[in-house]
Amino acid sequence: MTEPFTIRKYLRDLPLPFCKGCGCLTVMNCFLRALHELDYHDMRKFVFCSGIGCAAWIPSPYFKADSIHAAHGRSIPVATGIKLMRPDLNVIVFGGDGDIAGIGLSHLVHAARRNIGITVVMVNNMIYGMTGGQVAPTTPLGIKTTTTPYGSFDPPLDTTRLVATAGASYAARWTTLHFEQLKDAMKTAVTTNGFAFIEAVSPCPTTFGRRIGLKDAAEMLRWFKQNTTLKEKANEMTETELANRIVVGKFAHTEKRTFTDHLQETLKKAEKAARKN
Amino acid sequence: MAKTQPGTFFWQGNQACAEGAIVAGCRFFAGYPITPASEIFEHIALRLPQNNGIVVQMEDEMAALAAVIGASWTGAKAMTATSGPGFSLMQELIGYAFMTETPSVIVDVQRAGPSTGQATKCSQGDVMQARWGTHGDYMSLVLAPNSVQEMFELTVQAFNLAETYRTPVVLLADEIVAHMREGITVPPLKQMTIANRKRPNSTETQFFGKKEVAPMPSVGEGFNVAVTGSTHDEQGHRFTADPHVHKRLVENLIEKIRSNADRIADYETYNIDNCDVAVVSFGCTSRAMYEAVDHAEHRGIKIGFVRLKTIWPFPEKIVRSIAQEAHTIIVPEMNLGEILYEVQRSVKDTTRVVPLNKIGGGEMITPEELLAEIEKSVKKS
Repeated sequence: MTEPFTIRKYLRDLPLPFCKGCGCLTVMNCFLRALHELDYHDMRKFVFCSGIGCAAWIPSPYFKADSIHAAHGRSIPVATGIKLMRPDLNVIVFGGDGDIAGIGLSHLVHAARRNIGITVVMVNNMIYGMTGGQVAPTTPLGIKTTTTPYGSFDPPLDTTRLVATAGASYAARWTTLHFEQLKDAMKTAVTTNGFAFIEAVSPCPTTFGRRIGLKDAAEMLRWFKQNTTLKEKANEMTETELANRIVVGKFAHTEKRTFTDHLQETLKKAEKAARKN
Repeated sequence: MAKTQPGTFFWQGNQACAEGAIVAGCRFFAGYPITPASEIFEHIALRLPQNNGIVVQMEDEMAALAAVIGASWTGAKAMTATSGPGFSLMQELIGYAFMTETPSVIVDVQRAGPSTGQATKCSQGDVMQARWGTHGDYMSLVLAPNSVQEMFELTVQAFNLAETYRTPVVLLADEIVAHMREGITVPPLKQMTIANRKRPNSTETQFFGKKEVAPMPSVGEGFNVAVTGSTHDEQGHRFTADPHVHKRLVENLIEKIRSNADRIADYETYNIDNCDVAVVSFGCTSRAMYEAVDHAEHRGIKIGFVRLKTIWPFPEKIVRSIAQEAHTIIVPEMNLGEILYEVQRSVKDTTRVVPLNKIGGGEMITPEELLAEIEKSVKKS
């Protein structure tokens, strides 16, 4: 970490597409600073996969790296195919809550179950932003969106807890307000052998904030601050006390055997069978 | 026997397909179980790991094809196999593979639909799904085997076409051809043509949307390749609104296949220069055709046939050429009319085109039924 951090080192010379105040910029900044602090000065050892949505545009095509911008929800199985064939590469998925916890949820759960050694960064802005502010599986109950004009009657999913339960090596949630924690979580995720999941709760002033009375990113971050509870503290609170709170912190962190470990062992059996024949 | 050995064997069609994939150089298979395609998955799961390859069962068919696409971008030849319902779920990613020019082989062992239909029973109802299943303008490349031998040979050919044209290729099999067991000859591997995708030199930066097939880098090689299913330029940069970039990309992707349609077209013909009646057939149905044609000839009918191995792009030239001789073309299909319309479109009003359809219970069109139709057409003329 001798040379100072310059974000342009990692980016193509293209104008970024994000709205003013969008949390995707913070997530991009955190991730690239994490790489810098891990002494990766280029991204030759990385492949990025993403689906459809604003967060999917974080790596594609802006990162000076290989990136596969896949169909909506299908970034994780694309990443799975890459990781199986190239276990030596760092395979990183970026996606929004609609992409990862909505249409692609089953892939997320199965990737966590397999503990495949990829990292998934889910930017949770609690809304379908790119399509104009429709209700997401992460939208808090009662919130008015363009498809729930009388308020959402659809309880949100605790995605990070689900991923931890499904078997991931690492799972953590922070908001973009928690810049240092988010960056450290990304460093841990990238260096974890098994499946690593980070949920970055992120402001979307354009299609979410301004419709719920939070006029800009600063107000949204303030809202995050007021509604955030640390995981350690949350463990001692009741469900009623935690209603509509954003619980942040580490939900899982264990080194355990990965999908690749199990596969390599199985391939040895196949080699043995081939020799026998 | 890790490697596929040359020789004569008694194999099931699905097994022949799996062995064909191994011979073609397949190194990755991702699947989801479905009747009547599961034996491809089961056999390749046994054999591919003995041949330096990986087989994985995914959570659904979308994940299976997505994993195949990911694996293909690491430089591996990759395949999945399914049947109608799974083929429907894969359509989204077939479009993605077309748009991103990702070589991939998708086997659809047809069964009776729509929906769950009759899961164990044969049909030829996916002809149009194989052509138009995904959204938007695109060009499909689809092959139809009619024997265990061709389950092997056309699987190899599907990989060769996928690699040559950088596009998804569908092997449109059917339950009868897939589950049938018969003799097959595996030629010495040296005698077989195996195609591999064109690789870029180290200074190349344009990997997409060229009139001629662009070279394909792999991830992890330092090319910084940007792959996207959105409209993109030659470097892979998104242009989500520019009309010219979209038109250029989609037209080039279609043209790189369409301009080679004659080279791709593969078919078997019989007596097409001297026939009054002709049959246009494909897949399992063509097996009844051989016998019916034999009987018709014995009865003095001047009869010929075209048996399509390539379904899409539709080999219209050869079909048009029989219309110059025959007054009637009979199109037997285990559906309610799909290839029929392509034959009609190809020959226009020059020749009478007669459907012979049968669906349900996996019951084949019999040689007797086809013979009756042939005789009827002779009387009518």
